Amino acid sequence: MHPKTRSRLLMTLVGWIAAGLIFFPIFWMILTSFKPEVEAIATPPKLFFTPTLENYITVRERADYVHFALNSVIISVGATFLATLIAVPASYAMAFFPGRKTKDLLLWMLSTKMMPAVGVLIPIYLLFRDMGAIDTRWGLIVVYTLMNLPIVVWMLYTFFKEVPKDILEAGRMDGAKPKQEVWMLLMPLSLPGIASTALLSIILCWNEAFWSLNLTTSEAAPLTTFIASFSAPEGLFWAKLSAASTIAIAPILVFGWMSQRQLVRGLTFGAVK
Amino acid sequence: MVGTTTTAPAPAITVNVGGRSQRNVRTLPLIAPSVVVLFLWMIVPLAMTLWFSFQYYNLLDPSVGGFAGIENYTFLLTDPSLWTAMANTLFLVFWVLVITVGLGTLLAVLFDQEFYGRSIARLLAIAPFFVMPTVSALIWKNMLMHPVNGLFAFFARSLGLPAIDFFGNFPLTSVIIIVAWQWLPFALLILLTAIQSLDNEQKEAARMDGAGPFAMFFFIILPHLGRAISVVIMIETIFLLSVFAEIYVTTSGGPGLASTNLAFLIYLRALREYDVGGASAAGVIAVVLANIVAIFLVRSIAKNIAD
Repeated sequence: MHPKTRSRLLMTLVGWIAAGLIFFPIFWMILTSFKPEVEAIATPPKLFFTPTLENYITVRERADYVHFALNSVIISVGATFLATLIAVPASYAMAFFPGRKTKDLLLWMLSTKMMPAVGVLIPIYLLFRDMGAIDTRWGLIVVYTLMNLPIVVWMLYTFFKEVPKDILEAGRMDGAKPKQEVWMLLMPLSLPGIASTALLSIILCWNEAFWSLNLTTSEAAPLTTFIASFSAPEGLFWAKLSAASTIAIAPILVFGWMSQRQLVRGLTFGAVK
Repeated sequence: MVGTTTTAPAPAITVNVGGRSQRNVRTLPLIAPSVVVLFLWMIVPLAMTLWFSFQYYNLLDPSVGGFAGIENYTFLLTDPSLWTAMANTLFLVFWVLVITVGLGTLLAVLFDQEFYGRSIARLLAIAPFFVMPTVSALIWKNMLMHPVNGLFAFFARSLGLPAIDFFGNFPLTSVIIIVAWQWLPFALLILLTAIQSLDNEQKEAARMDGAGPFAMFFFIILPHLGRAISVVIMIETIFLLSVFAEIYVTTSGGPGLASTNLAFLIYLRALREYDVGGASAAGVIAVVLANIVAIFLVRSIAKNIAD
């Protein structure tokens, strides 16, 4: 065999083993979700079995699952929409009309991300209690909006920086007002960037667990809280837990895979390309 | 923020956006909403935490009240649980960083090689990053690390070894394993992107000069990864300092305080013991700790912003 082919085959083996080991817990969860409950906890573990959709049907029939999923969707999308709405003008201004302090401003925004949530849990909790915002969707939307705003501003800023200035200038020559400029030129031109920013924001909201565990109980609880409730006293319905978990992570996993490239830029604020 | 203000002055004073730019666009109204809401989000809770930390304040007992001076702090600082939690926090951050950066670098080199189905293997390898912490904690706790029915217990028994009671005997280590599994893909993703930006001609030149795989790794790839590694370390540190859901779902900080970190300690004080004053003091300490880290982060990223 040609040595190059051989090393490629070896790499294929090593690469797939590594990927398989990392992915294994997720694979095992998905597999378990198709097992009857008895076989899910069987020892030795069963690799071959007659798959069933029973668990998914049970989880779906429990009306509250839909309720939690809906909360996740509404809160993630709501917070992402709000954050984008506030961030677009700011990023536009900073990307196209930078001042001497623009960089400081961006860094300051980033620094707010570094405040540990636990450090401000009590005030937020008390403020929320007094405003009746505990366990409400809008309460969590506000928190998530603010939590993601710095990242959204940063990502949009890096994407806007890449839009050729000439195009916007040409538009201005033709008499476009700033508002039209943003709406009719900048937004369409940077649509992929805006889309991946929104995806990242939705991913972060969807998986956020600290605030959702502490600020919601049932009414506004998203899937993170719902899944956590399975941990309570030996709630060993592995197959059902697996089915619920699988549906909980599936949409965001697909989102994440789709936007992995942009994700790097968003997560490192453009420091690594 | 307490510390970062030294590197990035507060915007309220320094933003020079009120004037018209050369292009006659007023940027102040565009930027102001973001700045105002972020400023409030930062300063209001922080000021309240600081205030509460000097008060006697119990959520359940209204008769407790008044100015406490530094008593919350002295109580906290003389309480061994704070030091345990602090040590656990740093221990967790350190080991997760070692595992994710170490393994992440090796994996990044691996996934940079050409092999069959590489892009699919890569997608599988980054998947754990998108799994919500409560889900990953539950899978690991129940299906993998369970001392009786778990898969690891089965493997151990098949090899004739006793099954390990992970959360009973090694609670903090177990949490570290779960958190490292979640963050490994992050390190991999960032480092892989960095490796791919390495100039191919440079690699070719090194190869021409007779550099073997090891020389290649240590003298070409690793130096090139310096910046990416520092970014990974800094960003992970920020998130790892406040790991919460994984502990909440698996060990609830126990047994005893064995797996309680600062985040969980504050949670216990505030929402289980209703001691707002004490929890706030711990919160201030957490903020200070994060700020020490943040100063380094802001500096390192500031250098890297492209114009």
